[in-house]
Amino acid sequence: MALLEIRNLNAGIAGKHILKGINLTINPGEVHAIMGPNGSGKSTLSQVLAGRKTFNVISGEVLYNGKDLLALEPEERAHEGIFLAFQYPVEIPGVNNTYFLKAAYNEIRKHRGEPELDAMDFLALVKEKIKLLHVSQDLLNRPLNEGFSGGEKKRNEIFQMAVLDPKLAILDETDSGLDIDALRDVADGVNKLRRPDNAALVITHYQRLLNYIVPDFVHVLLNGCIVKSGGKELALELEEKGYDWLAGATRA
Amino acid sequence: MTTKPQPTTAEQTRPHLAAFEAFEKDGARRFPTWVNELRRTGISRFAALGFPTPKLEDWKYTNVAPIAELAFKPATSPSPAALSAAKAARFEVAGLGGSRLVFVNGHFAPTLSAISKLSRGVKVASLATAMNSDADLVKQHLGRYASASDHAFRALNAAFFADGAFIYVPKGVVVEEPVHLVFVAAASENGTAVHPRNLIVAEAGSQIKVVESYVSVGSAAGFTNAVMEIAVGEGANVEHCKFQDESRDAFHVATIQSSLARDSRFRSHSISIGAQIARHDINTVMTGEGVECVLNGLYVASDSQLVDHHMIVDHAQPRCASHEFFHGILGGAARGVFNGKIFVRPGAQQTDAKQTNRNLLLTDDATVDTKPQLEIFADDVKCTHGATVGRLDEDAIFYLRSRGIPHSAARRMLTQAFASNILARIGVEPVRKQLDELLQGRLDAEIRAVEG
Repeated sequence: MALLEIRNLNAGIAGKHILKGINLTINPGEVHAIMGPNGSGKSTLSQVLAGRKTFNVISGEVLYNGKDLLALEPEERAHEGIFLAFQYPVEIPGVNNTYFLKAAYNEIRKHRGEPELDAMDFLALVKEKIKLLHVSQDLLNRPLNEGFSGGEKKRNEIFQMAVLDPKLAILDETDSGLDIDALRDVADGVNKLRRPDNAALVITHYQRLLNYIVPDFVHVLLNGCIVKSGGKELALELEEKGYDWLAGATRA
Repeated sequence: MTTKPQPTTAEQTRPHLAAFEAFEKDGARRFPTWVNELRRTGISRFAALGFPTPKLEDWKYTNVAPIAELAFKPATSPSPAALSAAKAARFEVAGLGGSRLVFVNGHFAPTLSAISKLSRGVKVASLATAMNSDADLVKQHLGRYASASDHAFRALNAAFFADGAFIYVPKGVVVEEPVHLVFVAAASENGTAVHPRNLIVAEAGSQIKVVESYVSVGSAAGFTNAVMEIAVGEGANVEHCKFQDESRDAFHVATIQSSLARDSRFRSHSISIGAQIARHDINTVMTGEGVECVLNGLYVASDSQLVDHHMIVDHAQPRCASHEFFHGILGGAARGVFNGKIFVRPGAQQTDAKQTNRNLLLTDDATVDTKPQLEIFADDVKCTHGATVGRLDEDAIFYLRSRGIPHSAARRMLTQAFASNILARIGVEPVRKQLDELLQGRLDAEIRAVEG
């Protein structure tokens, strides 16, 4: 069974129709990349999948493990294994990074009927994940994302992903604003977390990230439609030719 | 709807003047003559001013008519039986150590208090005692900072105060352990009026931390009208933390007036969550250069509570820094008021004054009136102010939910965080910790109330 199946999804915000009939199927073990210029609807898609209510679904359906994803609250989606790495992680002063992550982790465990981890066990888990990724210990003790640099914020997103261990990770322009070292670290982290039983949807404007996270499929999103799908070589073609040559394919 | 005719000042103040006459005949004789002179000045100013009305700019949003209408019963003599040791113990701060002075209805209760061994020359005592035993010292400072002439409640306090805390730290002495002052309103009758009067004198180069708790047992509509004067000497370092959690029927009016000498450091925290009406005047004057002052505060109100902070920061001298951070969390039909005056006097160059007031409204019926007031008479200054009134940040809520944290827990977490940002500045760890836990309980209840 497909992990995620998007069928003819139409969605928008404030009366504006943005996604116009998206179809996409993601199976366990696959990495899909969605590429597209600004305003093509990439972020709308990621927000709709994560359950942001400011975007409204007009029609279509999204099945996750065969179940209606759109009927779930954002936290329920997280409990079921969906993770969105934000393009702009929110700064939350006064909420300690580790405290927050432990609360999130235990909510997911609770949902799975597993006992909650105490502070000691959670710290052990965190230490293990820190080693896996290049995250400085110092970030963990700071307020969530507050005053983090762009790179720190993205590393922190991937770190959260490593701890929460999702089935479907959606990376929304995780590469934007990253220097090459941070980009490599972030991609490295994502690759280390790849398994046959999970999947990733990598949303990006640039091909650069896909040198490091090699996708199985590439889809081009233009004006709210997937106008072309292919293998990883499609990303290179886009890098070379830009998006304009596909403009004619809109509403094809 | 019929409106009650406005009572005249004379009508309103008649019971207070009568009570003063009775006090003078009887209880006031316990006090030295110079104190009674202060009292007479106080009562005559009160008679002239009357209770403030919302017509006055400083009282525009805080109508004290319910206080004026209370049957005025000043607690001019001690009522030792009003509070058991077991009940008093509830107000201890775990792990705080140091001296603890408990006042019941404004009067020092020695059996409930514990004064620890103090360094040479340090005085921690009841003011009623100190006015006799340290008359010169007290006389030199009492009433010098908090003016009774322009403020009816301070005038009333001057007229009726009977006791409070007196803390004196001699030059260069560091008092390691904080001093905790606990004011318990334990009145059984509505209108019982308590006038605590406190004085802290920290001489040059000294250091002290003082914590004040204003709490209630029982639910009588009592009236606390407190004045705290703090004289911070040259290069001295004083931290003051006041916590107000009186009963929901109580009225709490208080002034904290500090005078900060050259190169001194002063941190003030005002955490106000109780009373029906709570009005805090927190005034600070920099009398020398190089002062660093942080005024920090958190207010939480719900139902029909009103909480008002009126701040005056007077940059009378150059090269001083003042930072005000106030957060308000308002639920139910509560009202919050914040008024922050900053004066930068002529010649007070290189003043660095910052003021932030952020308010979180949990309901549609909660309101806040927030006003910065900057009067700047120097040109080389850095003054900033910012006020916000709003709801929890939806982006932040979504971020937390997207990680698996349920909606209600996300709201609680963000509300706590908003409070913790203020509490984090409290430098007395056991107090910070206890307030954090206490606020957690209170805020959880507020969020539950909103969610029904």
